[in-house]
Amino acid sequence: MSTTTVANHEEHHDHPTGIMRWLTTTNHKDIGTMYLTFSLVMFLVGGAMVLGIRAELFKPGLQLMNPDFYNQLIGVHALIMIFAALMPAATGFANWMIPLQIGAPDMALPRLNNWGFWLLPPSAILLTLPFTLALFGIGDGAISTGWTFYPPLSVQGGIGVDFAIFAVHLLGISSVMGSINIIVTLFNMRAPGMTLMKMPMFAWGWLITAFLLVATIPVLAGAVTMLLTDRHFGTHFFDAAGGGDPIMFQHLFWFFGHPEVYILLLPVWGFIPQILQTFSRKPMYGYKAQVYSLWAIGALAVVVWAHHFFTAGMPVPALLYFMYSTMAISLPLAVLFFCWIKTMWRGSMTFETPMLFAVGWIILFGIGGLTGLVLADVAADAQYHNSYFVVAHFHYTLFAGGIMGIMAGVYYWLPKMTGNMYDEKLGKWHFWLTAISFNLTFIPQFFVGLAGMPRRIPDYALQFAEFNMISSIAAFALGLSQLLFVYVIIKCVKGGKKATDKVWEGAEGLEWTLSSPPPYHSFNEQPTIK
Amino acid sequence: MQVLKKIGLGLAAMLASLNAFADYSWNFPEPVTPMALDTLHVHNKFMLITMIIFVVVLAIMIYSIFAHRKTKGYKAVEDKPPSTAVEIFWVLVPFVILLLIDFVIMGIPAYHSVVMMEDTRDKATMVIKVTGSQWRWQYEYLDGDAQGIKFVSNLTTTADQQNNAAEKGENYLLEVDNHLVLPVGEKVRILMTASDVLHNWWVPQFGSSRVAVPGFIRETWVQVDKAGTYRGQCKELCGKGHGYMPVVVDAVPMEEYKIWAAAKKAEIAKAGEIKEMTKEDLVAQGKIVYEKNCAVCHQVNGAGLPPAFPAMTGSKVALGPVFGADGKYLKDGHMDRLLNGKGVMPAWKATLNDTEIAAVITYERQALGNAASVDPIVQPAQVKAARQ
Amino acid sequence: MATHSENQYFVPHGSIYPSILSVGLLSLASGFIFNMNQLPFGQWMMYLGAAIIIAMTFKWMGTVITESLTGKYKNWEDRSFRVGMIVFICSEVAFFAAFFGALFYMRVLSVPDLAGYDADITPYKDFLSTWPSAGPGGVVLGTEYAVPKYTAMGPWGLPAINTALLLTSGATITWAHWALIKNKRTQLVLGMLATVLLGVAFLICQGMEYHHAYTELGLTLGTGAYGATFFMLTGFHGFHVTLGTIMLIVILIRCMKGHFTPEHHFGFEGVAWYWHFVDVVWLGLFIFVYWL
Ligand code: HEA
Ligand code: HEA
Ligand code: CUA
Ligand SMILES: [Cu+2]
Repeated sequence: MSTTTVANHEEHHDHPTGIMRWLTTTNHKDIGTMYLTFSLVMFLVGGAMVLGIRAELFKPGLQLMNPDFYNQLIGVHALIMIFAALMPAATGFANWMIPLQIGAPDMALPRLNNWGFWLLPPSAILLTLPFTLALFGIGDGAISTGWTFYPPLSVQGGIGVDFAIFAVHLLGISSVMGSINIIVTLFNMRAPGMTLMKMPMFAWGWLITAFLLVATIPVLAGAVTMLLTDRHFGTHFFDAAGGGDPIMFQHLFWFFGHPEVYILLLPVWGFIPQILQTFSRKPMYGYKAQVYSLWAIGALAVVVWAHHFFTAGMPVPALLYFMYSTMAISLPLAVLFFCWIKTMWRGSMTFETPMLFAVGWIILFGIGGLTGLVLADVAADAQYHNSYFVVAHFHYTLFAGGIMGIMAGVYYWLPKMTGNMYDEKLGKWHFWLTAISFNLTFIPQFFVGLAGMPRRIPDYALQFAEFNMISSIAAFALGLSQLLFVYVIIKCVKGGKKATDKVWEGAEGLEWTLSSPPPYHSFNEQPTIK
Repeated sequence: MQVLKKIGLGLAAMLASLNAFADYSWNFPEPVTPMALDTLHVHNKFMLITMIIFVVVLAIMIYSIFAHRKTKGYKAVEDKPPSTAVEIFWVLVPFVILLLIDFVIMGIPAYHSVVMMEDTRDKATMVIKVTGSQWRWQYEYLDGDAQGIKFVSNLTTTADQQNNAAEKGENYLLEVDNHLVLPVGEKVRILMTASDVLHNWWVPQFGSSRVAVPGFIRETWVQVDKAGTYRGQCKELCGKGHGYMPVVVDAVPMEEYKIWAAAKKAEIAKAGEIKEMTKEDLVAQGKIVYEKNCAVCHQVNGAGLPPAFPAMTGSKVALGPVFGADGKYLKDGHMDRLLNGKGVMPAWKATLNDTEIAAVITYERQALGNAASVDPIVQPAQVKAARQ
Repeated sequence: MATHSENQYFVPHGSIYPSILSVGLLSLASGFIFNMNQLPFGQWMMYLGAAIIIAMTFKWMGTVITESLTGKYKNWEDRSFRVGMIVFICSEVAFFAAFFGALFYMRVLSVPDLAGYDADITPYKDFLSTWPSAGPGGVVLGTEYAVPKYTAMGPWGLPAINTALLLTSGATITWAHWALIKNKRTQLVLGMLATVLLGVAFLICQGMEYHHAYTELGLTLGTGAYGATFFMLTGFHGFHVTLGTIMLIVILIRCMKGHFTPEHHFGFEGVAWYWHFVDVVWLGLFIFVYWL
């Protein structure tokens, strides 16, 4: 069938302006923009907290804060970075790009979409409010159990835990609403002729992410609810005296928590190949293989959770099962790595900032992944567990794999979103500064972890001093580099060289057929894919 | 550019520090138990393999990055999926290699290590019980020459050192008053539990770490083959004192161990015996007990850290009556609070002996700006009675 | 994905309800937290939040109904709603899975573990692995927990009746649906009415059961593993039944107003699906919580 008119927009072009526009909008681009902005701000906030952490760890001894406040910082740092920085960034891209990529007029459920975003600021408030309350003598500050909520510590903890619990509830509702919207959009809004196996890889990544979210977020909600009743309503889910078990919480938490780490990266694994193909000027290699690998990862994600608490004591068969299943995840990821590199292989490559980030991302995430594989070994994990080796591992996956991936996406799509080219020179500076200072921050943490430094301690023995000092200095450099990032974005939004519709010479896909920036209503004419 | 300067500094520091390190701080510390030795091997082997994979993958990519550039006028080549049997074979080869790595080269040794690690009973010649509590370790010998010996080991690093007011000792944060003493070469079965929240008993050179779960008993084992003093830390976030509950183990030859056990028994017996004490003695000993156990939260000067940790000075509990008319201690009174704890306040009945409890109660009632008129002092005998 | 019967996808104009709704949730949550921690104003924040939430939900749903009545929704939009509802119900299933998981974990792992230590080291001398179990008792973070005396809730009294009630309601709503498709108004309204009444009856029985448990059986939230899982599972289910009943009432009213056509009645079906889901969860409860 030929192209067909699809948009039946109620508001034509009299949509409100100013703050009301943002409060009420049902437009997928506006909502996407809000998600991305929120994510950037929270990234700075979470980063500011961690700068406090690194300053405290600069040398042995207590310099700046008491241990309890330190524990509050690490937990809130983690929750903010994961739930308020990384996830919203991915959702922001989903809102912006999925309708453009699949030729849809908008997201399928626009009002729900708007709600999904407006749940985030309240949760951010709930997460950070306890700090402020403590200043007025109400409660004793934010959650101080780390981001993992482990009871009995969290049962013993103060009002901050309650705030964190409800923050997680709101974030959970938000993610589930977002996932519903994305699943529906992908199933119901694709342009005529775009079969599932013709969907852009980013759409695939998000489809599986959305499934994982729907399957695991509610479990987390249940777990923290039990925690709440244990704290205030006298239940005994997590204490032996009543027949419960603190370790049960760890099972419930990580049943969500491990899939979560793939929830964070699947969208990135989606658009990185698109970036690679754009700048290698040849179609991505092994589309099918990649799709199947993403499915395999999604499936494995929900059956390996217990590798996060090998040392909690489990029967041998359980230990072995969780070890081998965890190792199995490296196989689909190997396939992905193979396809990514084969995509670059014998292409005709140029290295604009997005490509730089994509390539650097492959290397750094590779390190994160391989160290993860090592952690899966039960015997050795007795040593790694809760040491700085783990901290280094998950910053290679979360910061390099997550945040730097997102940055690649930002540079890739910013011209499309704003209609202006970003400052290429500054972009390259930002990449190199980030890459170098990032490695200087976290490589030392591998060694200090092997040497036996536990995580979550505000003060440490003298033999760890040198490495920590390097790490702290580099962390501040890393932080400053991010301010450069902020500057580049603002500069690009404000103006700059006009971007063409296609933006990148090698760009493929529907989003590049629209003007830059795209019209307020994406596809009034739904294109047909042959 | 100052960012670059910072990075430069970092690099310089890195290089400078290299020779400042004993070589093992690039890897696990020197192993002294069969398990630690095993984990070290597993780790090294695994690291080597992943390193190789990494380098190979990287090399291919780097080559491509330099060879296949547009600026070099390199034209993109249309690649077609593997079709002929030969091509498919070559695609499958790496996959098979990975299977081999995951489940044979790594998988099989890992299997044996796990089995060894979890076998806590076979050939074990003695049993000890380790109890984690906020924020100190408690050790109890359940059999053998040291049977019945039971003591708490507290951090001894001074507050001044922690606040940079004094020079830090070489074992900063890794020193305790009572070391756990184990005989060299004996397989020791360790029962692990906790009294409040999760803790994790970890000595890097032993390669064994187990979470201590309140209400449950977990097991692990160590067999220290080399005499010496080994230091580790609690490895599970357990509140504000998490960084301050180190583990220190002395591994000594059997005969030395026997001597130590005898001496320790005598010492404990002496400390345990009940005698009438003067107020001064009680306050003097109470001060020691207080600063070792209570000052973490209630502070040395008794100011506390409200609201979480109430002040001792002027506290209702510390000034109110301890015993009721019937001579029994009052619910929510000073004695009750110490013996049984409440909320964040741990129960001390298992941790401190009668004399220590009497002493610290008296100290809290008579020092730290307090001068309780009712029940001004408490005698060890009264604590002994209260335990019944 | 190609052919849509109509190719006009309806994109509603901006709406303030979602953002205000979130504010309501924030207020409700913080109020609840203040309450639990004995801080002032807790109640009022909760009332305010609840009021906002209710108001916004009605406004929002109101708009949706008007849109559907003014024929904004065609098959294409309809399909969105269906897929959306299915995914939403899946997430609800996952939520209950967490609590069933807890139940199985305690029955199969933690309780037997606690009872299984060798005589020489066990802290729980005469604690046996049985179910229902309220645990071995002991000190929890400084406060003593003495195992309470209680009797378990048998399956064949009220619970059996409740099962009957819910199953019947599942039948009646289907009966009503047939009527809707065959456009038989009276049967439709009767079927819906019956369903609503059965739902209410269920809730009343549930209330009686709880009262019975607390006053006569000594079975409370605090009754160890058994009490916790029992009340959390049945409680959350009861909560969902309440929501379901409210939605049924709305649908009933809409039926009486003749809002639905044989072709277009997603509102009806969505609620029906939800009701069946609640039904199925109850079967799980009846088997694993009451019976086995
Ligand atoms: C986005 C985040 C992310 C990602 C992608 C991963 C990926 C992986 N992680 Fe990681 N992990 C975290 C985030 C992440 N992790 C976090 C946050 C924690 C700590 C939580 C906390 O305690 O606070 C953690 C902790 C953690 C632990 C627990 C450590 C401990 O606490 O004791 C383990 C143990 O198995 C683990 C394993 C793995 C594995 C096997 C992968 C695999 O997915 C990796 C697969 C990738 C590769 C294998 C590399 C690429 C493949 C090749 C180059 C091909 C060839 C390679 C081979 C086949 C050998 N992770
Ligand atoms: C996506 C997730 C994510 C990200 C991006 C980061 C980013 C960083 N993290 Fe984080 N981190 C976690 C997730 C993440 N972390 C998790 C899950 C934990 C575990 C917590 C726990 O144990 O429970 C953790 C814990 C953790 C620790 C261990 C604490 C401990 O165990 O004691 C450390 C220590 O170095 C650390 C460091 C850093 C650093 C230096 C960065 C840097 O990359 C940050 C760089 C960015 C900035 C520095 C921001 C720049 C902004 C400014 C400089 C301006 C500030 C001004 C304004 C606010 C206007 N993190
Ligand atoms: Cu005990 Cu950490
Ligand atoms: Cu994991």
